[in-house]
Amino acid sequence: MMPLSGDPPRSCALVLLLIVIVLALVLAPLLFPGAKPLNVAAKICVYVLLVASYDLLLGYAGIVSFAHVMFFGIGAYGVAIAFYGLGPSWGALAVGVAAAMLVSVVLALAIGLFSLRVQTFFFAMVTLAVAYAFNVLASQLSWLTGGEDGRSFQVPEVLRPGFRLFDFNVLGIAISGRVLSYYLVFTVCAVLFLVLLRIVNSPFGRVLQAIRENPFRAEALGYRIVFHRTLATCISAAGATVAGALSALWLHYTGPDTALAFSIQIDVLVIVVIGGMGSMYGAIAGAALFVLAQNYLQALMGALSSAATEAGLPILPGLFHPDRWLLWLGLMFILAVYFVPTGIVGRLRGTGTR
Amino acid sequence: MSAIDAGAALPRQRIDILPALTPLLVAACAAPFIGSTSTFVTLTVAGLAMGMMIFTMASGLTLVFGLMDVLNFGHGAFISLGAYVATLVLLPLAAWSQADSFGLNLAVLGLALLAAIIVCGAVGFVFERVLIVPVYGQHLKQILVTIGGAIVAEQLLYALFGPQQIPLPLPASFRGSFIIGDAAIEKYRLIATAVGLVVFAAQMLILNRTKIGLLIRAGVENREMVEALGYRIDRLFVGVFMAGSGLAGLGGVLWALYREQVHASMGGELLVLVFIVIIIGGLGSVGGCFTGAILVALIANYAGFLVPKLALISNILLMVVVLLWRPRGLYPVSGR
Repeated sequence: MMPLSGDPPRSCALVLLLIVIVLALVLAPLLFPGAKPLNVAAKICVYVLLVASYDLLLGYAGIVSFAHVMFFGIGAYGVAIAFYGLGPSWGALAVGVAAAMLVSVVLALAIGLFSLRVQTFFFAMVTLAVAYAFNVLASQLSWLTGGEDGRSFQVPEVLRPGFRLFDFNVLGIAISGRVLSYYLVFTVCAVLFLVLLRIVNSPFGRVLQAIRENPFRAEALGYRIVFHRTLATCISAAGATVAGALSALWLHYTGPDTALAFSIQIDVLVIVVIGGMGSMYGAIAGAALFVLAQNYLQALMGALSSAATEAGLPILPGLFHPDRWLLWLGLMFILAVYFVPTGIVGRLRGTGTR
Repeated sequence: MSAIDAGAALPRQRIDILPALTPLLVAACAAPFIGSTSTFVTLTVAGLAMGMMIFTMASGLTLVFGLMDVLNFGHGAFISLGAYVATLVLLPLAAWSQADSFGLNLAVLGLALLAAIIVCGAVGFVFERVLIVPVYGQHLKQILVTIGGAIVAEQLLYALFGPQQIPLPLPASFRGSFIIGDAAIEKYRLIATAVGLVVFAAQMLILNRTKIGLLIRAGVENREMVEALGYRIDRLFVGVFMAGSGLAGLGGVLWALYREQVHASMGGELLVLVFIVIIIGGLGSVGGCFTGAILVALIANYAGFLVPKLALISNILLMVVVLLWRPRGLYPVSGR
């Protein structure tokens, strides 16, 4: 049994970083009581899965897709619509996830077969267009999706905040439905992360890397490029779908802003690049840092902005306004692409082995 | 061909007329369903105007791609930038644009278009030198870097101009419509169509009748060969990139005046449409881009009138149909 699939982090610093992150996530309900920290921890878990499945595509197969969040949204809407229509039961959850999975994989298959034959650009453009059309559809078909308002729904009894597993507290905290939800999200994400790690270290994953490096050569060796790329697209779509379903389950709500916004796609892209393309561990490191920064650095930017206003400086208050967070993120992203293309993981691994 | 034939005329290239006829076909098919002639005329003119605006934005992108294999995902930012530059010209000169004089109105519009072209071209130069030069030939990084550039540019626009929508009223003479028979035709749509046609004609002339155009076309077909003949294709490329950015800005102004408002998110939204158009047209082909833009806009207008729900995804459906018919677009560029 090899849980890490023979691909350990290979660097002391990276191991340390990962252990800290994973321990913090495991113990989050104990260490950081309160609603916000738990929300942050759950978001990190969902993002780890979402980013890891995207990395399979971008980092390992070298395919740029802008429809990854669409699959995330399909998962979220699948759960939302099923709970909304069938009531809060586990059966509804199963139906919702299964239906969403089917839709995602069929769509991914169609997009892949349709557009992976030609060029990287082509796939990127087609996915951008399809994702945009999907967003418009989701906000227009309000009888199904709730339109711009989205859908709020009830989850099964066990996962509701009011539920208590025991009458007594365990280690000083009540095991509420919220804590159980968190561990459900955490467990599913952890298991699927290990599955993805397994996939990229399988022969299939090696072929993907070979195709990324030199498609002609890979084809000459007898691997069918379109088949491998399309399969990678489908696997990645399935991972995103599960992440979306978990996100909906955690938020008890699905709407265009939480499930389909293009900003999520940008987040994912940034995390993959900053965490490290072509390494699954980058997803953990990147997602944790990113979500923490998003939740706590914006306050700092607000402080800087008001300080600049008081000092009477021009333009600067606008640049440091918390809503301009993406500006700095974008700059960091560009710099990362140029100067640290292997991301955090690549850097840590580089210093670890030297 | 042997050396003896060298003096003979080159075999004429067969002109592929079929794709160019598709917009006519679409119009002919839609006409019976729409019924009333006046509605049909209004919709068609609206479609042509929209098509010309999209073509103006898209043509630069497709040429840049064809010439240097660079696909600029930050193209949308130039569209927004052009629109904002227009507000800088049109709003302070409101007296001119609201004056009851066709000459002044036209002058202020021309000034806004010119300013947008110049500013966008200049920013395009910086964008190309700073962002794109280091990642020539690396598709993955190009996509990432230009996306990053688009994010930064959009946020800078927000920071400089504020996040709110800026209303941008049309100059007085261009408001209202002509009534021809029963059909109402908005004046501004005719102007937009005219500008688009001028851009198309100018591009065709430059590409087909000048030495620079010859080099560009040759570069699209085979870059190494042109370089081997001693031409600095990277300089040519910067020029094309600047022109493409300027045209994106021009299209942005036209679109902003059409909507009579400016917002930094418009570039990103239009970029999707622009991509669909250049995919349909065949990556790298200006003529295909022209046909594709008209096709997309006509179908969007007809579908919006006949089946409003379908209009939301009509672009995607059109793209699928076209690619099933011609997998590399209407006018595929050879060698790609």
